[in-house]
Amino acid sequence: MPRAILYDSTLCIGCRACEGACAERWGLPYNDKIANEETISAHKLTTIETHGDKFSRRLCMNCQQPACASVCPVGALQKTALGPVTYDASKCMGCRYCMQACPFQVPSYEWSSRLPRMRKCDMCFERQSQGKVTACADACPVGATKNGERAELIAEARQRIAEKPDQYYHKVYGLTEVGGTSVFYLSAVPFEQIGLRTNVPQEPLPMLTWRVLELLPDVVSTGSVLLGGIWWITNRRAEVARKEGKKK
Amino acid sequence: MTRRLPKITVWRVIFAAIMLSGLYATYLRAVYGLGGSTNLSDKFPWGLWIGFDVMCGVALAAGGFTLVATVHIFNLRKYHPVLRPAILTAFLGYILVAVGLMFDLGRPDRIWHPLIMWNPHSVMFEVAWCVILYTNVLFLEFIPIVFEKFGWHKPMAWVHKISVPLMILGVLLSTLHQSSLGTLFLIVPEKLYPLWYTPILPLLFYVSAIAVGLAMTIFESWHSSRAFGRALELPLLASLGRVLAVAMSVYLWIRFLDLFHRDAFALLTRNRTETWLFLLEMALLAVPTVLLYQARIRRSPGALYACAVMVVFGIVTNRLNVGITGIEAGSGTHYVPKWSEIAITLSLVAVGFAVFRVIGQYFPIFEGHATEHAPAELEETEEDQVTVG
Repeated sequence: MPRAILYDSTLCIGCRACEGACAERWGLPYNDKIANEETISAHKLTTIETHGDKFSRRLCMNCQQPACASVCPVGALQKTALGPVTYDASKCMGCRYCMQACPFQVPSYEWSSRLPRMRKCDMCFERQSQGKVTACADACPVGATKNGERAELIAEARQRIAEKPDQYYHKVYGLTEVGGTSVFYLSAVPFEQIGLRTNVPQEPLPMLTWRVLELLPDVVSTGSVLLGGIWWITNRRAEVARKEGKKK
Repeated sequence: MTRRLPKITVWRVIFAAIMLSGLYATYLRAVYGLGGSTNLSDKFPWGLWIGFDVMCGVALAAGGFTLVATVHIFNLRKYHPVLRPAILTAFLGYILVAVGLMFDLGRPDRIWHPLIMWNPHSVMFEVAWCVILYTNVLFLEFIPIVFEKFGWHKPMAWVHKISVPLMILGVLLSTLHQSSLGTLFLIVPEKLYPLWYTPILPLLFYVSAIAVGLAMTIFESWHSSRAFGRALELPLLASLGRVLAVAMSVYLWIRFLDLFHRDAFALLTRNRTETWLFLLEMALLAVPTVLLYQARIRRSPGALYACAVMVVFGIVTNRLNVGITGIEAGSGTHYVPKWSEIAITLSLVAVGFAVFRVIGQYFPIFEGHATEHAPAELEETEEDQVTVG
C-alpha cells in the first residue's frame, strides 16, 4: 500500500523539529543559521516557511507520476510502489534535467562539490520500508506532519475539513496537482498564500513528453521507408538518364 | 595584400585571448566545480552551456543531414560542392557539443552512463543515444575525405558499400534528436513563457534546424571562399538561398499558426522582456526571409551572406529564448552567465572555426567540383561565378 505525508498548516507551530530530524536522518549539519534559511537546498532537504502568522513546509512531493523520474536519462530516480521517489547517486551523471523538470523546484544540487550529487527528500524510503514513519513525522510534536497510508491520509484530510469547515480552506493540496502527489497540504487560507504553487498542471507531466516520444517507432519506420523509397526513385532516374546518354 | 597581414594577426590575438580565458575557465570548472565556474543555481539548473553549446551547437550542425539528404537521397547532385563542408561542420559541431557537455555535466566521467543505464521514457536518454550514434555516422561520412587524401581505396570502397543505409540512418537520427531538443522543454509548461511553450515545439525545432543548416552552409561557403581565396559557388548558393527562403517561410507560417491557435498574440501587448526578445527573434527570422525572395539579394554575395547570418542569429536567439530567457520568469529567478561560462562557450566556437580552417586547408573539402560530376551539370545558373575577397 502506498504511503504518504499529510501536512496540516493549521496545526504547525513552526518549531522546526522536522528540519532537525531530517538533517539528522541525512547526516547533514543543522544549526541556528541553517534553521533560519527558509529555502530547501542540498544541505537542507525540508524547511518550514513563515508566511505572516502561518507556517508552511517544503519537501519533495514524491509525485505519483514524477517528472524527475521520467526525464532522468539514466534512471537514477525511481518511483517506488511504497510511494517515495528514490535517487541512486551512483547512476547520476549530473545533467540536472530533474531539476529543470520538477514543477516544484525541489531537487537541489551540490554546486560547490567536485563530485556533485542531486539531493532531495525521499520520504524516508528506508525507514518506511522497515515499517517506521518518516523522521519528520516522528519528530513533529503536534501532529502537523503525519505519515501513513495514502488512502487513509486522504480520507483523514477530508474528514478534518468536514469536521471544522470554518478553520480550513476547503481543498486538499496534492490530490490533483500534477496528477497527484504523496504529500498533502491542509491550510486555513488559499494555498498560494502559504507559498504553494497553484499554477501547476493538473495532469501528470510525463504525459507531455511521452506523447511525442511514443511516436519514435512510427517516425523511424515510416522515415526509413520514405527515405529509402525516395533514394530508389531518384537514383533509378539518374541511372536511366546515364544509360540513355550512353546510347546517343 | 598589405592590408591582410595585420587583419590576420588581429584575429590570432583575439583567438589567443579567447583560448587563454577558456583555459582559465576550464581550470575553475575542474577545481571549483559548477558552483565556482557558473552562475547556475537550484532554481536555474541549465544555463549557457546547455542553451548555446548544446542547443545551438546541434542546430547549427544540421547542415550535415540536410545536405546529405539533398545530394544523396533526393539526388540533387548540383549541391555536391557544398556537401563536404556541411559534413565537416556537422562532425565538428557534434564533437564540440560533446566537449561542451563535458563541462556542463556534474559528473562528466559518467557521460557514458546512458549507454548501459536505460530509461526509454526520458527525452534526454533518446537525445543521448541519437547524438552518440549520429556522431559515429558523421565520422563514417567524413572518413572518406581522409581516405581520399591518402589514397586508401580499399577502406573507401568498404564505406561506400554501406553509404546509403548509413545516410538514411543519419537523416533519421537527426530528425529524431533535432526535434527532441524541443521535446525536452515540453515537460516545463509552467516555466517556459507561452510565446515559446507549445505542444509542437519538436516540429518547430526540426523545421528550424533544416533552415539554419542551409543558412550555415551559405555562411561557411562564404567564409571559406575568403579564407582560402577560392571562387564562391554563387549560383549554387543563390539557389540554396531560394530553398532557405522557402524553408524559413514554412517555419514562420507554422509559428504564426501556432501562436494564432493558442491565442498567444495577446501576450505581445505586455511590456515584458520576453515580448522584446520574441520580437527580436522574429525580426531576425522574418527580414532575411523576405529579402531572400528577391533575386537581386540572392545574386549579391554580401547580401546573401548577410541573410544567412541573420537566419543563424535568429535561430540562435530562438534556442536561447527557449533554453534560457523564456525560462527565467517561470523559474522565479534571473540568470546572467558568469564570465567563465562565456569564455568556455567562445573557446568552443573559436576551436570550431580554427579546426575547420585547418582541415579545410589540408583535406579535400572544397574540391567538390572535380569529383563525380562535371560542372556542366550546374545548369541552373542565376548568374556567373564571382570571386570574393
